[in-house]
Parts: sequence; C-alpha cells; structure tokens
Amino acid sequence: MKTLLTLFRIEFKRSIRDFSGVLFGLILPVGLMVLLGTLYGDQRVEDQGYTLLQQAFPGVITIGICATGLMGIPITLSAYRDKQILRSFQVTPTSPFVLLMAQFFNQMIFAIISGLLVWLAASLFYNYSMIGSIPHFLLAYLLVLFSIYGIGMMIASISKNVNMANLLCSLVYFPSFFLSGATVPYEIMPRGLQLVANTLPLTHGIKLLKEVSLGKSLFDHGLIPMALLGLAIVSVVISVKTFKYDYE
Amino acid sequence: MENIIEVKNLRKTYKEKVAVDALDFTVKKGETFGLIGPNGAGKTTSIECLLGIKKRDQGFVKILGFNPDKDYKKIFSSIGVQFQSAFYPDHIKVKEACMMRACLYKDVMDYHLLLQHFDLMDKKEAYVSHLSGGEKQKLSVLLSLINKPRLIILDELTTGLDPQARRQVWHYLKELQAQGISILLTSHYMDEIEYLCDRLMIIHEGKRVFRGSLEEAKKKFAYEKLEDIYLHIVNKEKKNYENIINPL
Repeated sequence: MKTLLTLFRIEFKRSIRDFSGVLFGLILPVGLMVLLGTLYGDQRVEDQGYTLLQQAFPGVITIGICATGLMGIPITLSAYRDKQILRSFQVTPTSPFVLLMAQFFNQMIFAIISGLLVWLAASLFYNYSMIGSIPHFLLAYLLVLFSIYGIGMMIASISKNVNMANLLCSLVYFPSFFLSGATVPYEIMPRGLQLVANTLPLTHGIKLLKEVSLGKSLFDHGLIPMALLGLAIVSVVISVKTFKYDYE
Repeated sequence: MENIIEVKNLRKTYKEKVAVDALDFTVKKGETFGLIGPNGAGKTTSIECLLGIKKRDQGFVKILGFNPDKDYKKIFSSIGVQFQSAFYPDHIKVKEACMMRACLYKDVMDYHLLLQHFDLMDKKEAYVSHLSGGEKQKLSVLLSLINKPRLIILDELTTGLDPQARRQVWHYLKELQAQGISILLTSHYMDEIEYLCDRLMIIHEGKRVFRGSLEEAKKKFAYEKLEDIYLHIVNKEKKNYENIINPL
C-alpha cells in the first residue's frame, strides 16, 4: 500500500509537469465549457425543458476521460516498455503491476479533477444544474471511464512499439474527440457524420450521460450500460493476455 | 568460498537460433566477473536467463543459494540490476527516481547518503533528463545499491560515456568491491575489464571460448593486452585479424 501511494504521488507529479496532458486534459475542457457557456447563455433547446448548456455539459465532462484514457494511459504504458521501466521493476521484489495500478489511479484522478473543474465552471459562472440524479450520473461516468480506459490499455498492450501505440492513439483519440459529441455537439452534426460517430464507443457513452443528466434513470438504458461494461471487460482481458514487459 | 552465482549448462534458443549454449560459470563472494563478447554473442540473454526473466531451455542456476524459478523474490530483494540502455520516465527528478526505487524494497539505505557519496547531492532536485551522461550512469549505479545488495549486475554500464565519467564510475565500483559486494558486468571496453574484473569469460555466438583470470588468458593466448586476446578469439581467420590490429 505504501509502495502504491509513493508511486502514485510520483506519477501524479509527473503528469502535472507534462504540458500536453494538462492542456488536453484540464485547460481545454474548462476552456470549452467557458466558451459554450458564453455562447449559449441561458438559451433553451426548442420544445424541451432544458438549456443548450445542460445538453452540452455531459460531452465536455468526458474530454478529461478521453485525454487520460486514449492518450495518457497508452502513451505512458508504451513509454514504460520502451524505456525498459517495467523490466527494471521485474527484477525487484515488487510486481510491475503495482506501477500500472498507480498509473491507472493517477489518470483516473486526473480525469475526475478535469470533470470537477468543468462542473465547477459551469455551475459557478453559468448557473448550470443537473436535472437528473447525480448518483446515477456518477455511476454512468465511471462506466464510461472504465470502458475508455480499457480501450487505452488494450492499445498499449497490442502495439508492437511506441510508434504503433502513438498511431493507434491518434486513430481513436481524434475521432472520439471531434465526433463523439464531446466537443462538437452531436445534435448539430449532419446525418452522415452522426452515422460515423455512432461507431465510436464514446458517442454512446456521451448519449447515456446526456440522458441520465437530463432526468432519465441509468437503468432505463439496459443495453448501453451493458455494452460499455462488456467493452471494458473484453478490452481489459485482451490487454492482460497480450501484456508484455518490453518491446523486442 | 561462497558461490554468489552458479550457472551450469545454460541454454537458450529463439526459434531456430541458439542464443546461448552450454554456459558454465560461477561468481564467488566479493568477486567481479566480466562477461565479454561481440554484439549478439548472448551476454544480455545470459543475464536475462539467469535472472529468470527469460525462460531458459536448459540449465541449472542458483543465485545467492536460491533457485530463481521459485525464490525470485528473495533473490530480487538482495541484488541490484542495471539493464543495458535503461532509461528514466519523463519529467522525473533525481530524488523521485530514488524514492521510486526505494519504495519497492523492505530494507533500504537512506538515499541521501548515497547521493552524498556519489557526489550528486546538489542534483537532488534536478530533473534526470538534465543530468550529464556520466551523472546518469552514476545515478544508475546508485539506484542499484539502494536495497543494500550482495550482488550487482551491470549490463554495458559505461557504453557511451566519456573517459572521465567512465573513470568516475570505475572508482565507485572499486569501492563496492572493497565492501565485498560481488559484481557481474558486461562491457565492450577491454581496459575496463582489465581494470575491474578478477575473472572473465569470453563468449562468441552463445558459446564459451575462454573462462579464467586475466593472467591465465595472457598465458594461454600469448598476448599482453586483453584487447588483442579478444580480437584473436573473435576473428577466427588470421588474415582478417591482422587487418584489424594492423590496419596500415
């Protein structure tokens, strides 16, 4: 436990020092929230009982998950392999999995801080309040987080080298970032683009978060939560099966 | 005298290729043993197999009297290993690299004492990436000492260092020898082997071509310098060899 805490502290400090992580994980989502808040003001969605901001909020809150899960996790893990850090852990009495766990918690805390900052900005400056149940929303949030982190871990494990990991990250990260509804609202996309967006797991995660935040119960969506959970489990299993200590 | 490392008939193949074949050697308490050979001769593979982090096909290995397949935790608690081309995580400070390593063991030295001894105390707050090559390698040696090991294994420790930095590292290794710590090292620098090692083994294409003390090697091959002996061994064709030692 002490080992895990020490490693977590060091990993957390390292991520704070990494400018691109802070930019994409913290500054960007909070900045986008401020931008949307200023643009939307208190405009309401036509014929609906909620504002544009209330509709956009759940998307923005997933940007931190996206940055940590699809960039932070796979890039850090592949760097661990490339720099033989996992291998140097292998010849100590402590398992390298403790380091992986510390890294997982580190990214998760980072995403949660990002989400809290977005929430804080929205409610302090733009009077945002959630219509739906907050506990249900948090559960849905964790579900989305685990499924996206699963994908990130899988990318890290199946890649043959750092370049491949970077390429796969970009291939999943950028479409998720632009098309899933995290930054550009899904509702204003043309139909064709929506079809493309629907192939991304995060799109469904954001749809779920939206509906829960706008008042539906998490358990009204049997299929999506199950699919996200399934995705999380399958990708974690694949990443464990294909796990390696270093690149040959 | 007590055997710190005992290897008998070690064999490792990668698919068709025999990487290491029929290797036998022992490293005794307080002894420094040099493993030399051309690139691809099987030095790193031998080390990985004897540590048990690569599975050997055949052979008997004991380290500190323990079987690495079963008691690897006991072994890893009491040895320090520095891999070839091991790097550090990004954005990490010297003191954090020390804490990161120290938290993996139960019984450790105060890393401040080590920093002081290795003349790195003023770099404690510096980023590892800002250290010079020599300072980084000193840090590597320092880190492999943090758990008060009885044996340290150093794979190409001084490759890429300038002569001054190399001498500095040698100086610290001599001190460790004086404390009775056993050392297994690989190197491409024959002067380093001559200066540091009590005994050495030359391997070529995975097989042993010589094992013994420097004096024995000189007697057997009738050369004064280890470098000449080494070149004589690895260049089977006499002509080829003469071209190399006397290019004019």
